[in-house]
Amino acid sequence: MRIFTLLTAAATAAFAQVASADTLTVYTYESFTAEWGPGPQVEKAFEAECGCDLEFVAVADGVALLNRVRLEGEATKADIVLGLDTNLTTAAKATGLFAEHNIDTAAITVPGGWSDDVFVPYDYGYFAVIYDTQQMTTPPGSLKELVEGDAGQKIVIQDPRTSTPGLGLLLWMKAVYGDKAGEAWAELSDRILTVTPGWSEAYGLFTSGEAPMVLSYTTSPAYHMIAEDTERYQAAGFSEGHYLQIELAGLTTRGTENPLARQFLAFMTGPAFQDVIPETNWMFPAGKTSEPLDPAFSKLVKPQETLLIDAETVEANRQAWVDEWLSAMSR
Amino acid sequence: MSGAEIFDITIDKVRFSYDGAPMHFDATIAANAITALIGPSGSGKSTLLNLIAGFETPSQGRILFAGRDHTAVAPAERPVSMVFQENNLFAHLDVAANVGLGRSPSLKLDEADRDDISTALERVGLAGKDKRLPRELSGGERQRVALARVLVRNRPVLLLDEAFASLGPSLRRDMLDLVGELQRSRAMTVLMVTHDPADALRIAAHTIFLENGCVVASGDTATMLSGKAPAQVQRYLGGKVRDAGDTIARKET
Amino acid sequence: MAVRDEPLTRPRGAVHEWRGLAGLAFIGLLIGGALLGLVAEGARDPSGARDAFDPYLARVVRFTLLQAILSTLASVLPAIVVARALSRHGAFRGRGLLLRLFSVPLALPQIVAALGVLALFGRAGLLADLASASGLGHWPSIYGLSGILIAHAFFNVPLAARLLLQALDTIPADHWRLASQLGMAPWSTFGLIEWPAMRAALPGIAGLVFMLCVTSFTIVLTLGGGPAATTLEVAIYQALRFDFDPARALVLTALQLGLTIAIVWLLARLGADLAGETSIAVSRRRYAAIGGVETLFNAAVLMLALAFVGGPIAAIVAGGLEADLGRLIGEHAVRAALATSLVLAFVAAILCCLLTFGLVSGRKRLEARRRSSPAGLAERLMDSGTALVLVVPPIIIGAGWFLLLRLFADAFAFAPVMVVCVNAVMAIPFVVRAIRPAHDSAFDRHDRLCRQLGITGMARLRLVDWPVMRRPLATGFAFAMALSIGDLGVIALFGSEQVQTLPYLLLARMSSYRTADAAGIALILAVFCFLLIMLAERLGGEKR
Repeated sequence: MRIFTLLTAAATAAFAQVASADTLTVYTYESFTAEWGPGPQVEKAFEAECGCDLEFVAVADGVALLNRVRLEGEATKADIVLGLDTNLTTAAKATGLFAEHNIDTAAITVPGGWSDDVFVPYDYGYFAVIYDTQQMTTPPGSLKELVEGDAGQKIVIQDPRTSTPGLGLLLWMKAVYGDKAGEAWAELSDRILTVTPGWSEAYGLFTSGEAPMVLSYTTSPAYHMIAEDTERYQAAGFSEGHYLQIELAGLTTRGTENPLARQFLAFMTGPAFQDVIPETNWMFPAGKTSEPLDPAFSKLVKPQETLLIDAETVEANRQAWVDEWLSAMSR
Repeated sequence: MSGAEIFDITIDKVRFSYDGAPMHFDATIAANAITALIGPSGSGKSTLLNLIAGFETPSQGRILFAGRDHTAVAPAERPVSMVFQENNLFAHLDVAANVGLGRSPSLKLDEADRDDISTALERVGLAGKDKRLPRELSGGERQRVALARVLVRNRPVLLLDEAFASLGPSLRRDMLDLVGELQRSRAMTVLMVTHDPADALRIAAHTIFLENGCVVASGDTATMLSGKAPAQVQRYLGGKVRDAGDTIARKET
Repeated sequence: MAVRDEPLTRPRGAVHEWRGLAGLAFIGLLIGGALLGLVAEGARDPSGARDAFDPYLARVVRFTLLQAILSTLASVLPAIVVARALSRHGAFRGRGLLLRLFSVPLALPQIVAALGVLALFGRAGLLADLASASGLGHWPSIYGLSGILIAHAFFNVPLAARLLLQALDTIPADHWRLASQLGMAPWSTFGLIEWPAMRAALPGIAGLVFMLCVTSFTIVLTLGGGPAATTLEVAIYQALRFDFDPARALVLTALQLGLTIAIVWLLARLGADLAGETSIAVSRRRYAAIGGVETLFNAAVLMLALAFVGGPIAAIVAGGLEADLGRLIGEHAVRAALATSLVLAFVAAILCCLLTFGLVSGRKRLEARRRSSPAGLAERLMDSGTALVLVVPPIIIGAGWFLLLRLFADAFAFAPVMVVCVNAVMAIPFVVRAIRPAHDSAFDRHDRLCRQLGITGMARLRLVDWPVMRRPLATGFAFAMALSIGDLGVIALFGSEQVQTLPYLLLARMSSYRTADAAGIALILAVFCFLLIMLAERLGGEKR
């Protein structure tokens, strides 16, 4: 009777919150802990190193992660929160639930550099337009070409109000077009087949052939090459550069009392963790790996320039930029 | 309750209104005898029965059985059994179970109860049909099952709400005779709503005539249904012949 | 009617109402608790509530109403034709199969259904291929309002058709005999017999469909073509999930509720209430001879309905078969998620049936007691009021309760309980429609007899209610379970490590490139839903 297991779990979790001293609790997102994700291998490697118990608690995605921590507040069981991106850091710091990490981050390199007292990068990726070579022979070579190109060649994007890549494209346009972003969106809107609530819906539409282009990551083709052995889906390199997404982990105030937490953050920057990332999380490792990446990764688009708007600016302007997007797109 | 007890029913200044039509009943039903209730459609015959059975609650006045006030007593606790025109049986329960519910509302029956049920079924002429389902019975047989339940239930008062209106003439006469027999053997107080004066003449000692929610006249049946009856009754009986077929088919509320 | 308070007679009635009141209390507690949690949190920063009212909101409201009203029309009008065709032909081969197929869409996660619909109508869909292959030219894009309407029709035509068919089934056999004897043409039969029966049920059904469409989220965004297609539900989601602004979310939810109440109220004005007169169908046999032309027309209608509903389902099946099903079923994660889904759906369905039975029987008792005077608030709430829970977004309930519970305990540990409760309550409006007609007509037949014989409490449940209600309850149970099993649920907002349901796993696979796996899981989901409905119909002894 599974329901009893569930209910017992609920009861025990509710009334016995005391975790044993040698347990580390890491909150992360769903696809990190999935069987094919980095979680299982990371857990094995870290438990071997620390002789402790690493427990993952998984929620849907980065935004859900922040909300969960926000909801739990001081009562959170998380020692580490792993999976926020740069755009969420200001809101995350505002909760007052995160503490300075005080670890050596010399091993970490992300494009454009990184220094932050609270959050430590573990991987990164670039947003990119992925196109289907069977439907499209000459992809746009720049954001400008995407905006001004043939409106018959459609793209599926995500909604910046509900999705991280959607917000990514919004910021990308902002970084390239600045004050003219509204007009650019208005022009692009003819080319947009539809705007989905999340990445999955968009990518699902794309792979089922509904549109020849989709907003995703430069690393997406690597998955298709390595896991499916096909070069059908490729990223279009944009001359203005690509917008960067950095994934971060942070230490909670609760985690400061658990020595395993800082040990985990240090472990995260090392090769045992970093080796796992490329082919499970399909992102670029932020630290050194013990072996070179799969050759498929070298075939990926290498952005000539990295675009990133700092977290404070994003936080301060997000609502206004989304409104601008809304009015341009709703015309 | 012994059959010998005097069991009259007093309807003491009962007021009731239904859909804005006020009704005012004041009458006594003779003990241990059959009384017929006649009157035009909408005159309140069924309402009066429902008040006596406890399905309706008066806004004023009292209902007394053998002198005791039962106005606030729930239907099942009143000394009353009632047979409706239809829906007397549960379609998914067999004959024996339908009768047995008269003994125990949760169908917890012992050997003696089962014997009583068989006897009752025999008595109404349904011996051997105790395992049948209602849909396997004719309309007359279904009403007999209801009467068998009345026997098993053994309450001093029996209310018949046009119970045989949908049966053919000869079947109806048989059923009325059966009711007459049962009444004599148990000395029950019976009140029956009917549209047909012939029914009243056949078994009812007394007749009450209702019109517009009021008891207009009452007396012994022979007088009430003769030329000596009050004018309203005469009028009703005169009109009766013309639209008898029509009114019988109509179900009043 | 002025009934004097009679403590000696009335307790019996009052005792029966506790079930209905208990049902209401449960729903009230679930929603009230959530609102309380949000109010407490929102009160800390109420500015969001003030700022909610802007021109953007006006646009969102306009679009929400527009798409929901059009979707309701696009669902209910075809359903009338389909239900009538099904009712006229009571015994053709495959009828039962078609009806069961009609239960599947409601159980599918919205994105799965959207992809299924696109496989038929999309730019790369079957019809687009046919159009270009046959030289008919360019297949029009369905993204935009048309896509939303088609997808909503895919969900709701089958639902509305099933419910209308139930209404048609209550037409007494005598009416059919009469129609046949009087030689009524199909049009007069429709106008004089079928339409009145359906019309009585239509406001309720249209209201239900409206509520489902008004809260639609994934379909509206995915097929809507752009942010011009934004509904209140999207705005609520955004307010809670991205902006974490409970005050704003609350105001938007209240607005959504208010608008829906207004529409449902209007619908109720337009037609008689579902209650109507409850005639009992003595026999389902039809006496009307059906002409050749009409048979052809009906066959065409049913073929079209089959293609429209079956097409996307076939696409889902075909997509699923391409997945490595053997490996998927062997996977521990899939099996565990399936077990979790089944158990949660099972418990939710039982809770739902209990609550619904309480509400339905409580409502009928109140109606019987008041006779012809107007219905009171409690009765109205037990009736159409319960459907309003559909308009309270699950994420609102989830967020509110998590906010409230965290004050006392580890709120996330209660996730399974929350999922069960929310699923149970969300299924009530559907189950009401499955069991209320049978319950009310049985009540009308049996109540006086039960009161007369003193059959009460458990005895009444065992001897009278259960035998009569067994079949409709089984149907309702299947409906509830099918609805729950495909539901992503309240956990979608925050996630929970304990509640990994099948739809959750499906989305997880989709969000890590594993679209084939996702298609396979969608197939497993659809198959289980189909099996459940068959099983429940068999258990209930329902014959079609």
